[in-house]
Amino acid sequence: MPGKLKVKIVAGRHLPVMDRASDLTDAFVEVKFGNTTFKTDVYPKSLNPQWNSEWFKFEVDDEELQDEPLQITVLDHDTYSANDAIGKVYIDIDPLLYSEAATVISGWFPIYDTIHGIRGEINVVVKVDLFNDLNRFRQSSCGVKFFCTTSIPKCYRAVVIHGFVEELVVNEDPEYQWIDRIRTPRASNEARQRLISLMSGELQRKIGLKVLEMRGNAVVGYLQCFDLEGESGLVVRAIGTACTLDKLSNTSAFLPACNSPSKEMKESPLVHAPSHGCRSTHNSPIHTATGSRLTQNFSVSVPTLIYTGMGSGSAGKEGGPFKTLLRQQTQSALEQREFPFFTLTTFPPGFLLHVGGVVSARSVKLLDRIHNPDEPETRDAWWAEIRQEIKSHAKALGCHAVVGYSESTSICEEVCILSASGTAAVLNPRFLQDGTMEGCLEQRIEEASPPGCGFCHIPYDELNMPFPAHLTYCYNCRKQKVPDVLFTTIDLPVEAIVVGKGCLIQARLCRLKKKAQAEANATSISNLLPFMEYEVHTQLMNKLKLRGMNALFGLRIQITVGENMLMGLASATGVYLAALPTPGGIQIAGKTPNDGTYEQHISHMQKKINDTIAKNKELYEINPPELPEEIIGSPIPEPRQRSRLLRSQSESSDEVTELDLSHGKKDAFVLEIDDTDAMEDVHSLLTDVPPPSGFYSCNTEIMPGINNWTPEIQMFTAVRVSRLSNINPTNQTLNKNFNDLCENLLKSLYFKLRSMVPCCLCHVNFTVALPEDELVQIAVTAVAITYDKNQALQANKAPTEKSQQRASTDNEEQLQFPLELSSDPLSSQPFSPAKEALEGASSHTGIPAAQRDRCNSWIELIKLKAQTIRRGSIKTTTSLEKASPLAEGYLRHRSVPSGTNSTVSVVKMTPLSFLPGAKITKYLGIINMFFIRETTSLREEGGVSGFLHAFIAEVFAMVRAHVAALGGNAVVSYIMKQCVFMENPNKNQAQCLINVSGDAVIFVRESELEVLPAPPPAAAAQPAGSAGDVTT
Amino acid sequence: MSSDLDVFVGNTTLIDEEVYRLWLDGHSVAEAVARRLRGGVLEREGTSVAVLQSDTRDHYRTFQMLERLLHAPPRLLQQLLFQIPPERQALLVQRYYAFDEALARELLGKKLSKGTKKELDEVSARTGVGIRSCRRQFDNFKRVFKAVEELRGPLAENIQQLFLLPPALARDYAAIVFFANSRFETGKRRLQFLSFGDFAACAQSMMAHWSQGALAPEAAEPDGDLPKSFLQDLKELKVLVSDKDLLDQHKRDTSGMGVPVLGGPGFGGSLGGGVPALSRALVNVGGKLTHARDVRDFFVDLVEKVIEPCRSDKWSPGDLRLFLTHYTAAPRNLPGFRHQALWERYMAAISACLLRMYHD
Repeated sequence: MPGKLKVKIVAGRHLPVMDRASDLTDAFVEVKFGNTTFKTDVYPKSLNPQWNSEWFKFEVDDEELQDEPLQITVLDHDTYSANDAIGKVYIDIDPLLYSEAATVISGWFPIYDTIHGIRGEINVVVKVDLFNDLNRFRQSSCGVKFFCTTSIPKCYRAVVIHGFVEELVVNEDPEYQWIDRIRTPRASNEARQRLISLMSGELQRKIGLKVLEMRGNAVVGYLQCFDLEGESGLVVRAIGTACTLDKLSNTSAFLPACNSPSKEMKESPLVHAPSHGCRSTHNSPIHTATGSRLTQNFSVSVPTLIYTGMGSGSAGKEGGPFKTLLRQQTQSALEQREFPFFTLTTFPPGFLLHVGGVVSARSVKLLDRIHNPDEPETRDAWWAEIRQEIKSHAKALGCHAVVGYSESTSICEEVCILSASGTAAVLNPRFLQDGTMEGCLEQRIEEASPPGCGFCHIPYDELNMPFPAHLTYCYNCRKQKVPDVLFTTIDLPVEAIVVGKGCLIQARLCRLKKKAQAEANATSISNLLPFMEYEVHTQLMNKLKLRGMNALFGLRIQITVGENMLMGLASATGVYLAALPTPGGIQIAGKTPNDGTYEQHISHMQKKINDTIAKNKELYEINPPELPEEIIGSPIPEPRQRSRLLRSQSESSDEVTELDLSHGKKDAFVLEIDDTDAMEDVHSLLTDVPPPSGFYSCNTEIMPGINNWTPEIQMFTAVRVSRLSNINPTNQTLNKNFNDLCENLLKSLYFKLRSMVPCCLCHVNFTVALPEDELVQIAVTAVAITYDKNQALQANKAPTEKSQQRASTDNEEQLQFPLELSSDPLSSQPFSPAKEALEGASSHTGIPAAQRDRCNSWIELIKLKAQTIRRGSIKTTTSLEKASPLAEGYLRHRSVPSGTNSTVSVVKMTPLSFLPGAKITKYLGIINMFFIRETTSLREEGGVSGFLHAFIAEVFAMVRAHVAALGGNAVVSYIMKQCVFMENPNKNQAQCLINVSGDAVIFVRESELEVLPAPPPAAAAQPAGSAGDVTT
Repeated sequence: MSSDLDVFVGNTTLIDEEVYRLWLDGHSVAEAVARRLRGGVLEREGTSVAVLQSDTRDHYRTFQMLERLLHAPPRLLQQLLFQIPPERQALLVQRYYAFDEALARELLGKKLSKGTKKELDEVSARTGVGIRSCRRQFDNFKRVFKAVEELRGPLAENIQQLFLLPPALARDYAAIVFFANSRFETGKRRLQFLSFGDFAACAQSMMAHWSQGALAPEAAEPDGDLPKSFLQDLKELKVLVSDKDLLDQHKRDTSGMGVPVLGGPGFGGSLGGGVPALSRALVNVGGKLTHARDVRDFFVDLVEKVIEPCRSDKWSPGDLRLFLTHYTAAPRNLPGFRHQALWERYMAAISACLLRMYHD
């Protein structure tokens, strides 16, 4: 009997009238956990009952504690007939099962009914007493923490990042059981909600067990999804990254990071061993793995995108001695694992060494009934196959790991497309092994390439390149090779040096498909897939060039299957990485050069394209440093390069346009127009309207080039369903329709949020579904964050400088010393980044000038600082950390009365892992909720829009209520994973399923931190510092 | 390609003040879009009509969902469905309960019944307030009326508590409730020169001086009703006009207090009986208040018997003030007059009303 769950039902309010005669309700409550049920007394004739019940105690296994949700049902007592259910509350008690999270769940929960929505609220208190020592748990995995956040959570430190964990459980969908024919849809939907709640709990427990096996204590980047396979069942699957996390206690020792800097300096030249290959990866042809087994388990794999031929496996052998060593280390660390995958998208500094490119794999499957739910082998095998493919793609890119990894499905009837994608990467092995965190930073510094560009350097082998490509020496360090374009699924590393701002880039595509059954259907889909991937990729590339950028982050390609078409939607954030070469323009070439009018037309379009590129460069402030040809390809001394860089930055924009014209000649990307289709494509390229002034958008966590966020945020979900009403649709008209739909949706968002200008839409996440013939559903969740315009202008002047600062402050976080590297207001003066940072630092720390002169690189500066700290000459250490317990106490003190107060406490929601201008002081547990709403009076509820509007608002309300009950004031990494909407207007019916998740947290405003005793100067005074903090 | 479904839901509920205004004014979505277009939003924001339509529909849906909560504003504060910052909530409530004075003027003293609601078409035509807005405002009046009808204590405070209105607005609602309760006649032609503000001020003075709450806060009767005992007592004041001696004495005292105007030629001229006539009118108005039918004529009487004679006598508002001050104070010296307190309580409200009403 390892646990005791205690529940108290306090009161209800705003209950619906259940007795028409008296206009009142005789309410009582059933509290159910597992197979045990308790009831409160009936509180007669009141819409605001005060039950004030005793503590209901459930003595249960911890296994049960993890699997089961607490079910609270509010009913209306009826003497003569059956009691009517008013509604239910499901409470996931998982957050109470590990010591560092919440200790009590207490608050007002909306009472939810699948037909009526929210019907009043109920005040509940839940506690858990765990009797056992956590270590003794075997069947259960209590104590393993779960985070949706795809980075190391703010108040933790990663001791070891173990790697990939996955699990799936299957069951029959109650909706499709025989009993469904005799019971009401409501009962059926309630059964589904209950079942999915149960399955999520079980899944989490099983994943937890795997983590314990790996000797980890947490799962980061936990992503749980449902596949509603219809007749064939219900699959709940989850992936995540197992880690061993250490809570950053406030008195915690510094990372053992600051050893013998001088020695490291000597070693550092070793870092850039020569002879690295470069392979342009973007224009590789589609490679379809054949040999599909057209048997019961139909399967076609479509590996695509950035994927460079076979046989380049152990590329490191030709590399320098250090690289080989590194590779071997990484290999040994990673090859023990079946899948060296990481669901993280942001990493501790130094973790990510090189990025190869995007790897993805898809496979088309035919669903059949899951015969034995306890042995979900088929589904497991399907995913294992895909993961294997991803792994081999990564190998081909010379990488041993895949980061930013995610999986998804698209189901239509009996056909299912399984997709997986990630970014091939080379990682620092030190993070992956037990007990080697010591000296990790040392290692990092030793190995790190120049901080802003190291990850861009190609990890694969130049000599084994199957495709000719433009390759250059890194524009930043001039020592290693970089590709001309980089696509990734991860967030922009904080240390990356970016020119200008980023922007959201989308590729949209529709392909008609014949209606077909079973295998024929699957075959036609898998025949279409490679072409779609290719076109999506081409579109992305063109749009990227059109914006004068050279890298994509956060790339997510979604292929959705419908009855008679396939849709592809790729979203990513384009940026200009200073390390990569300036992208060439786009040049159009016609096939029939003798036709005069045609030529004229072509040249007209060419001009339009050139104008767009020039305009975009201005819009996104892309003024890359101009480097003379002779320098390219030969390493130049760093100081010289830096000074050049700054000079060209201060040049007027007139020169920039001059520069643009040259791109057309240099290494242009040629688009051949050989038929009308291609012409359409070019036209569609130019239809993307830039966001109105004052708006930026991206689908990554942070907007490159903006770092002075103000605390005002607005998270939102928008859903649109449109009918593609063409009688004889062609691919072109469909494309246009789809494109318009997305553009209009974006336009609508900009208009709605116009009061927040200047602001940026971050983490813009589009989800496409094809619920029926001719119906397209698009759901968008994003957060709008305002920023300070004045400071933005300042930042624009010296983007590289800023990012450099960001990198440095980020480093401070790692070091746990709040150094005031960039707190000096003078730091925006046009010094070279390294020098300027140094200047700022040394003026604070009092490093002797002679010593200062010796430091000519940023890394050395950090080492020097570390040394200085060890000598004890800096007294500002840990002040920031010290503040947090106070802050937490302060907050708790304030939030306790607010729970009982009548006013509702505000809960922020954001898809990001941080809150601008705030510090997360505690993670309270994962929020993972699943709701179904149905109606049989669609018109009366305001039609489909009214119905869904109310439902989404209700889902938000229930998430907020749960967070508030846990004692939190925000949800971070919020995501709406599923929104399945079905309607039957003829019957006046509709139904919708929504699945959301996120991390409940407590945050404290930095301005409040300031109020507390001993305000940390570093945290209080510098916007750059806070940006560094929140983006770690 | 048509959008069947189109929703936008923010974690913090977006409230567009302009659209809220249009919604409150009872415009349909199409009308609202047309008005926004005329407002030039398209040019300012560089967006499209479709976007504007979608935006307007979203807001309208939100307002429709909020309306249920606005009917009981304290629930708006407690509800969990919409996360709205407090100052925004206050704004929503305030705007929802704000009313057109022209409309309120029309409805003053009318029974807030279904019948009256049916006549709103005419009212709408007369006042130029949209019919839908008229109905909403009428419902607001009725809702507030129903909610405080039976409550004890000061009317305005009750309204403020139950509907979270700003004090000034709550006082106006108190006046509306007070008028609806006593059913004062306000629609007569000779009363047309009086505005809603005038009546509201009168109602406030009457409640302040005459209601039970004014004397004993824990009074048994609601503030909206004038206390029966007080009205009954007012009959006693008739002695001032019925007793010849007292009347003369009163007149003498009033005139004799060194008020030149009152002794002047104008005074007593067209007033007919002069001070006695005025005095009789003033006292009789009070005496009649016991009968519900006569209560309704309260304002008619004041205008007919006091204001119009004074006006035709060309009294300035200052003259009237002077007269009332002295007239109220005079009985203090009357021998055998035992109702001094009652008299002053009565006259305080009457004076305030008259002074407020004495304009063109």
